Amino acid sequence: MGLLRQIRIARSIRVPKQVRPWSVSAACLLAFAYPAFAGSPTNIFDPAGTPARSIFSLSMLVLSVTLVIFLIVAGLLLYALIRFRQRPTDTASEPAQVYGSNQIELSWTVIPILIVVMLFLSTTRVILETEAKPKPASAVNVIVIGHQFWWEYRYPKLGVVTANELHIPVSDPKNPSPTYLQMSSADVSHSFWVPRLAGKTDLIPNRINTMWIDPAEAGLYLGQCAQYCGTQHAKMLLRVYAQLPADFAAWIKQQQQPAQADLSGQPMAEEGRKVFLHNACINCHTVTGTVANGRFGPDLTHLASRDTIASGPIVNSPENLKAWIANPDTLKPGSLMPSMHLNDRDLNAVTAYLTTLH
Amino acid sequence: MANATTVLEGIERTAPTGRSQRPSVVYEWLTTVDHKKIGIMYIVYALIFLVIAGTQALLMRIQLAVPNNHFVSPQIFNRLFTMHGTTMVFFVGVPILFGFGNYLVPLMIGARDMAFPRLNAFSFWISAFGGILLYMSYFAASGLYGAGSAPDVGWFAYAPLTAKVFSPGHSTDYWTLSILMSGIGTTGTALNIVATTICLRCKGMTLTRMPLFVWLLFVTSCMVFIVVSPLTAAQIMLTLDRYLGSHFFDTQAGGSAVLWMHFFWIFGHPEVYILILPTFAFINEIVPVFSRKAIFGYPAMVAASVGIGFVSLSVWAHHMFTVGMGPAGNTFFVFATMVVSVPTGIKMFNWLATIWGGKVRFRTPMMFAVGFLFQFLIAGLTGIMLSSAPFDWQLSASYFVVAHFHYVLVGGILFALFAAFYYWYPKMTGRMMSETLGKWHFWFFVVGFHLTFDFMHIPGLLGMPRRIYTYEAGRGWEYWNLIVGIGAIVQTIGTLIFVYNLVHSYFRGKEAGPDPWDAWTLEWSTDSPPPAYNFAVEPTVGSRRPLWDLKHPEDPDSSYE
Repeated sequence: MGLLRQIRIARSIRVPKQVRPWSVSAACLLAFAYPAFAGSPTNIFDPAGTPARSIFSLSMLVLSVTLVIFLIVAGLLLYALIRFRQRPTDTASEPAQVYGSNQIELSWTVIPILIVVMLFLSTTRVILETEAKPKPASAVNVIVIGHQFWWEYRYPKLGVVTANELHIPVSDPKNPSPTYLQMSSADVSHSFWVPRLAGKTDLIPNRINTMWIDPAEAGLYLGQCAQYCGTQHAKMLLRVYAQLPADFAAWIKQQQQPAQADLSGQPMAEEGRKVFLHNACINCHTVTGTVANGRFGPDLTHLASRDTIASGPIVNSPENLKAWIANPDTLKPGSLMPSMHLNDRDLNAVTAYLTTLH
Repeated sequence: MANATTVLEGIERTAPTGRSQRPSVVYEWLTTVDHKKIGIMYIVYALIFLVIAGTQALLMRIQLAVPNNHFVSPQIFNRLFTMHGTTMVFFVGVPILFGFGNYLVPLMIGARDMAFPRLNAFSFWISAFGGILLYMSYFAASGLYGAGSAPDVGWFAYAPLTAKVFSPGHSTDYWTLSILMSGIGTTGTALNIVATTICLRCKGMTLTRMPLFVWLLFVTSCMVFIVVSPLTAAQIMLTLDRYLGSHFFDTQAGGSAVLWMHFFWIFGHPEVYILILPTFAFINEIVPVFSRKAIFGYPAMVAASVGIGFVSLSVWAHHMFTVGMGPAGNTFFVFATMVVSVPTGIKMFNWLATIWGGKVRFRTPMMFAVGFLFQFLIAGLTGIMLSSAPFDWQLSASYFVVAHFHYVLVGGILFALFAAFYYWYPKMTGRMMSETLGKWHFWFFVVGFHLTFDFMHIPGLLGMPRRIYTYEAGRGWEYWNLIVGIGAIVQTIGTLIFVYNLVHSYFRGKEAGPDPWDAWTLEWSTDSPPPAYNFAVEPTVGSRRPLWDLKHPEDPDSSYE
């Protein structure tokens, strides 16, 4: 596993086009530091999409420049401290007093200015190629809405609404189909950060921000909310599933269906649906095809098709689901979903119903 | 070293005061308008808060040492980081630096007190009240709603998390009002320092002969005027939102969350310079004295300080690269931020040139100053990484940022402060701090510091956001957080040695005499501790280093400047 990742990072180091000469020294440094980074699914130095990759090559340039500055200045400082230390054999006289030199001052003003201009120009290029890139017609649009403490995803052209697990198609570099995220917030500020795909963008209420992601390889990319948003900021995790076009189309097709209406032969689930529809659940949750149309909490139409609940930290199993419904606060203290104080029978019934929502 | 008594020749010794009945000690300190006593009160008050906020940091590191820990609840953790940040910035950083400024500025310019002694006392007490008010929240802030105790909105309290609907109860109000109070105190002291510097310099002390320490405090104080006002305005607007139904930051009624960010950071970023410039001031005094050389490039140092002051007012939105300012806004703030590194670099190079060719004495103040130089260099370089907006899109709000600014605040400011303590403690108390304990303190602290803050960069690079009370296993963050936690404990031991040294040396320390370091600025020409009136006769200076001139009449600075 570690080796595989090492190979992958080695390959991604080869990718940068514009600043390769600078990258080499920093890449060597990284290779030494590499064991430290191995195995993290959220490593910014293991980019898997275009924005993350251009940031990565810029970061290699900046790291190389700062490393060189560090070695020079720290080296001189160390040398001066050792060379000019007071020795026991020294006479008591004071050293020669030097008050300054305009030429020297000028040189260590001008050289840093040149370095700054160079860094500024390369930074500007990456800003423009990320933020000012025209959107291709083949792009997939997703509206992302941050909530305390979960993510709402809406696919406006496809008629799909889901929560916490974002599905997107992979983007073939030859024929790119990036996903454009239009982001806002229903309450306080949040921030969308999946390090291997792109830098973060804040979700701010009363404002719309846009970012794009385009992983080339299918897989699960992790991240989490990066702007402090209240008690459970820590458990507002991000899961992005990049799927091959056929898989993505199949997922969309399945998500477009209303919730399964025919529960005959599943008396427990049938009863659970009654409990669900006759309780306050429907004020906050939507299940398409029923009267439940609340929007305060996640859409549950296809809850059972998700791997996790509670915005990522908990595996979606009937036991966990039951514990969650019984009292969300025990699993995610500060969660805004209240305990509904259901009796055990109702609890089992509702759990059975929710597990039918594929 | 020149004989101290020779040095003091020409400066009248103190005559004992004629008062026979001394008021009680408590009464004396409560009512004092003496800049030295107020300075010491600022420092002691800030030290108490330093210990409190340091303890909060330690608790957080214990919580984060292992994944999915249950040492503290999320509610408590969120209060801990809010209180830690607020306390360290407003009730440790500012007061401790202004404490040294208060104590030293009049002494360095040969004045008998600050320009407005009673304003000085008022500023201190209103700041102190602010700090106490903040901590009252733990007991009093639950209010009618019973919603909680200390504030939990983070030290920059982004709207709309502070709106009544997301932050019921009164904890946010305690935060707002305590910062308002401290802002009034800070502005008063800044006013005092500016007026003192302009009006009360002794004979011969032109602006070009003023110690760099005074220059830096002067620049800092000018910045305070400009940047505390938006903060105060924002706090008042927030209070109006919360109690009188205005909608400045109320996003649900058309207000703007980004407006708060602009208000806060136009204060918040220059604030970093308000904290770091006084520590440059310490280094500007300590590095030359222990290298036995005049500061290299005095005019460049002054220009760089004023330059940093100006440029730092136009960099604030580099805290907001992720809010969607667009390419034009981002590009401007990238440039402004990178430009700050030029004057900062000039300072670093001048310190290097000051050491070059000297005879460096590694006493405790110099050891901490050397720590400062290396660590501040690294902090500056990680700052350049963060100024590159796209890199910042990855790094902002991650542990990399936390590591970066702690490198500035601890590796830079706190190390310089420790240096200042060891350097000026003899002047303030008349006794030397123990060198042995000082070296133990240094080594514990430097090891702890690097364990904590070097390794803290890595989880940030691996995607760990700040302000999370716990984290998932399997993201590669576990080992780093454990090391960081161990480092925090080592730093705590170092700090305890320091506090012990402070107290122990006060009673048992060696007599210092007026000029223990063979230094060159005016504060070393009077007694340790100085009498209430500082100088019996107003000193006259002929150069930047008046005591050098006295000690080396054959080769005075005044013949070169």
